Amino acid sequence: MTVDILILVVLVLAALFTVMTAQVIRSVIGLAVASALVSLMLFRMHAPLAAVFELSVGAGLIPAIFLSVIGITKRLTPEALSQKKKEKLRLYWALPIIVIFVGVVLTRVELPSLPVPSVQPAVGDVKTILWNLRHLDLLGQIFILLGGAFGVVVLVKELEP
Amino acid sequence: MSTELTIFAMAAAMLLIIGLYCVVATRNLIRAVIGVVLLTKSVTLLLIIAGNRVQQTALAQALVITVIVVEVVIITVAVGIILRLYQHHRSLDTTLLRNLKG
Repeated sequence: MTVDILILVVLVLAALFTVMTAQVIRSVIGLAVASALVSLMLFRMHAPLAAVFELSVGAGLIPAIFLSVIGITKRLTPEALSQKKKEKLRLYWALPIIVIFVGVVLTRVELPSLPVPSVQPAVGDVKTILWNLRHLDLLGQIFILLGGAFGVVVLVKELEP
Repeated sequence: MSTELTIFAMAAAMLLIIGLYCVVATRNLIRAVIGVVLLTKSVTLLLIIAGNRVQQTALAQALVITVIVVEVVIITVAVGIILRLYQHHRSLDTTLLRNLKG
């Protein structure tokens, strides 16, 4: 339990760092750390397959996509960077206060006990459920992937180097 | 609700607020997409919490896998749009994208 709380605190701090840091590249690194911590939480909550997916995609593929975009765009000059730091401070000073406030409020407020649905629980492991019970999800995933691939081909087709 | 689940839900709510704030406040297109990614992290965490609560972790994992696939596609298409916009405007600042036609 203590380890879980520690992971969640570091996760929230990593998310804050991701949003508040001035350089986008540091932001992407913070995002990768946050993804790795979410993956660790999933693993600790007995969801190993989702954890592996999250780790490989969230901490591997997505930062790689962002880094490739940052590599294409131009770097900020030192003057622009210092100006951006000031602007960041002006835009985001309220965020840590809001997050702490929400945390304090949620610890004080008694959350309602959600009723457990009385439906028949889905039996089997995740592979059985995905292939037998949620096969429409798989079909949707295939269509979304095809749509995404088509969209990227159309968007990046005539892009200048 | 047990204390453990309350703490997890609290962390997910905090992630949601951070992601939402990032999407609303930022002027950089890449950061806006990063905010969306943070929102999906929160959703992932909440799905697993809900699955744990109703003793259906396997079903929650199947849903999380679907969410991750959709997330990747959204990010890839968004990045393609960002690259297109950068090609036209030579900037990722949303305040400079004012010459839309139509």
